[in-house]
Amino acid sequence: MSAIASPVPRGFATPTDDHPVVRIALILVSVGFITIFLVLPLITVFAQALAHGFAEACDAVLQPDALSAVRLTLIVAAIAVPLNVAFGIAAAWAISKFDFAGKSFLTSLIDIPFSVSPVISGLIYVLVFGLQGWFGSALRDMNIKIIFALPGIVLATTFVTFPFVARELIPLMTDQGRDEEEAAVSLGASGWRTFLRVTLPNIKWGLLYAVLLCNARAMGEFGAVSVVSGHIRGLTNTMPLHVEVLYNDYQYVGAFAIASLLAMLALVTLVLKSLLEWRYADEIAAVHRH
Amino acid sequence: MALVVQSVAKQFGRFPALNGVSFEAPEGAFVALLGPSGSGKTTLLRILGGLEFADVGQVTFGGLDWLSIPARERRAGFVFQQYALFRHMTVAKNIAFGLEVRSRSQRPTRAEIARRVEELLHLVQLEGLGKRYPSQLSGGQRQRVALARALAIEPRMLLLDEPFGALDAKVRKELRVWLRALHDKTGITTVFVTHDQEEALQLADFVAVMNAGRIEQIGAPADLREAPATAFVAEFLEDVSNGRGFAPPRLQPRVVHLH
Repeated sequence: MSAIASPVPRGFATPTDDHPVVRIALILVSVGFITIFLVLPLITVFAQALAHGFAEACDAVLQPDALSAVRLTLIVAAIAVPLNVAFGIAAAWAISKFDFAGKSFLTSLIDIPFSVSPVISGLIYVLVFGLQGWFGSALRDMNIKIIFALPGIVLATTFVTFPFVARELIPLMTDQGRDEEEAAVSLGASGWRTFLRVTLPNIKWGLLYAVLLCNARAMGEFGAVSVVSGHIRGLTNTMPLHVEVLYNDYQYVGAFAIASLLAMLALVTLVLKSLLEWRYADEIAAVHRH
Repeated sequence: MALVVQSVAKQFGRFPALNGVSFEAPEGAFVALLGPSGSGKTTLLRILGGLEFADVGQVTFGGLDWLSIPARERRAGFVFQQYALFRHMTVAKNIAFGLEVRSRSQRPTRAEIARRVEELLHLVQLEGLGKRYPSQLSGGQRQRVALARALAIEPRMLLLDEPFGALDAKVRKELRVWLRALHDKTGITTVFVTHDQEEALQLADFVAVMNAGRIEQIGAPADLREAPATAFVAEFLEDVSNGRGFAPPRLQPRVVHLH
């Protein structure tokens, strides 16, 4: 019996498959990389926080300074994220639905916070609004405090997290075109109703994703906030800044306990995102497939 | 009460899309705008629908200064080439949209809207599909949903952009007959854009042949065939009388034997 050679080379399921060795190597490299750079540090954060037991970690989080840092972080995110949702939708709407001169310039402007070091963006605000800055004396006369106070922290956070919403929505809205909006208008809908009933539902998944990312970054921002906050304990320290202060004081349990809170925020973000994607898979598919 | 279009012109940047277009059609007419791509027919349709502004010119319809009415108040039912159905809404919600966005004083009751949706689903022969999403429908079905949605607002005028362009030949022929019957039943003044001569001549009361932003000739199909006004019209319609249409020459498959 002469064996007939199989037309399919062994180990290949489809013609585009790579050699099994290549495949295994690639998988090992990515898993290894993720373990070393992402998973291990994350575990370390929690391990360090719980090094002296759960009670001590809880105690560290419940310190007045720590609680005030948590509160400040939540307040900043609660202001910065909605601001950026509004700005982001406006910018994405303008760029994807209208034609105007300087459109591509505006698109690249939106990327500036991603390409500029956060420390520099913090410094810009100090230079503009600080005591020695352009508006410094005017603001002092009006008794408005921006730098080393909540407004400065909000400004810096808003600046750093600006691109998240716009970046996510621009390709999505460009891809969806203006047809459905035109249909809505021809059916008698006002601009606002068109936005609420046609545009917003079409972008809601992208928007939600962007809000989650924007929020995670807003709560975790260090560089820009560090410059404008002044590190006043219990007053202008956000969670990341408080982590640094505690760490520099050799209060490792406290530092890692707060860090764990921040890390948990990231995990919750991730879980929420996956949960939403799983729960609404059909609807998401319906919006993207047409 | 007729549709009167007077010297409408429109430029996109430096490209003149419409070079002063004028025509008249009686109320209730079924008008085809026929021409090759780039002849300005879709631009004219969009101007009638209020989705584009004319640079100059005037349109009166039913005694109204049509162009001064904003698109959302024009009640011009527009059927888009790619249908532009709201993809996150069910078929029923799509059809009800134009009624639900009306101001409270003019909005029918919920029961009335539901009744109208059922009626329209029946009219476009899609009973029982109200709960589907557009992505779950075939091209021909989506087309009819788009039509039902446009009809729901009781349009003064119906505007169709290449209504059969994206459908296969068989569905196209069926829908064509059906659309003509629907028009005869409703009597709504209808303007539709097509590049298919056969479709225009078969379906419309009046055919406006467009070329390079102008109307070369407008008339009843028989008049156009018998007395084409320009060489362009004669040439453009000639293909149909020869039965060739604009179909590309058929490729002959060749059989190759492999040894």
